[in-house]
Amino acid sequence: MSASHSATLISVKAIVIGCGRVGSSVAKQLQRTGWDVTVIDEREEALARLGDHWAGSYIVGHGMDVDVLREAGIDDKDDPAAAVVVATDGDNTNIVIGQVAQKRFDVNCVVVRILDPARAEFYAARGLRTICPTSNAISVLTDAVRACEFRPPENIQRVKVAG
Amino acid sequence: MYILIAGGGKVGANLARVLLQDRQGHSRHEVTLIEQRRDRFDKLEAEFDHQVQHGDATELHILERAGIARPPDILVAATGDDEDNMVICQIAREKYGVAKVIARVNDPRNQAHFDLLGISPTVCATSNIMALIEHEVPEHDLIHLLELRKENLEIVEVQIDKDAPCAGKSIDRLRLPEDVKVISVMRGGQAQNVVGSTELRPGDQVLAILQPGKEDELRRALLKR
Repeated sequence: MSASHSATLISVKAIVIGCGRVGSSVAKQLQRTGWDVTVIDEREEALARLGDHWAGSYIVGHGMDVDVLREAGIDDKDDPAAAVVVATDGDNTNIVIGQVAQKRFDVNCVVVRILDPARAEFYAARGLRTICPTSNAISVLTDAVRACEFRPPENIQRVKVAG
Repeated sequence: MYILIAGGGKVGANLARVLLQDRQGHSRHEVTLIEQRRDRFDKLEAEFDHQVQHGDATELHILERAGIARPPDILVAATGDDEDNMVICQIAREKYGVAKVIARVNDPRNQAHFDLLGISPTVCATSNIMALIEHEVPEHDLIHLLELRKENLEIVEVQIDKDAPCAGKSIDRLRLPEDVKVISVMRGGQAQNVVGSTELRPGDQVLAILQPGKEDELRRALLKR
């Protein structure tokens, strides 16, 4: 019974837009955990980032192009995308594609990478799930420094900087 | 009026130039232009002085430095990048309460995205030229003359040929779909408003106002044999 159960297991569809360092790694990890992943990137050569054994789909095209999103099955009648990850190297491109996926294609789980903290915060407040690596790096680095046990040596003199 | 222009390329710079000067050389409006590219900015600064600012207009602090928090009466997003223009308009309208935004559309395929995000009005040179070309090509029996996006209406022109089935019929005898209204007829170079009893003649150009998507129904009512 367990064999037939696993045979009927349908993997959930995810679309990853942008196959750079981040996008390609996210795609590989999702695929490894059983997702049916389609990657979209403008550059044909970016496919190499997914490695020799990439078993998912790969579409050469721009994520702003609705036909490309449809080809990736974003609004497939029987099997629409459950998740869309937008991680191209352009903040504004990501913001627009993310909103198109969310508002036009009603994708429930849309995750958008935005490097600029100000824009990430603005769009997060408007209901877009934004991930800001810059903000994350700032808080991780700050916490790391705070976590250091640091006692100023006695012989360092504090120098007043003239204003 | 205070007008903020994002993008100092040909469109943005010329717009600023026109807004700043009337024929007598007097300034008519207050304008701030934002340009990202250093080389372009340097040239613009020589001409516009403090009225041009250097930076990426999709960054909040650049917009704030240019006075978006006042807020301007109108913001024009005229960069060569459609995504940038969409984001600039969203931020201007929704974060800073700019009442009127005007966006340039570079790639007509992105028009649907501007519409989805409710950014209006938009201006697309390619689409405008295309509409003019369609106007000249006789096989296009229905021509879009004007789009009123906000009102969800458009005005179209239909050419009535001599063998069109509606020729010789009066307006109230046509089975026009709901939400479609014939407003006037161009006949012999003269426009005349129509009433129910106005009879259509071969050679007429009919102006109609309708909701986008009703074109085929209008075409069927007027031209289908």
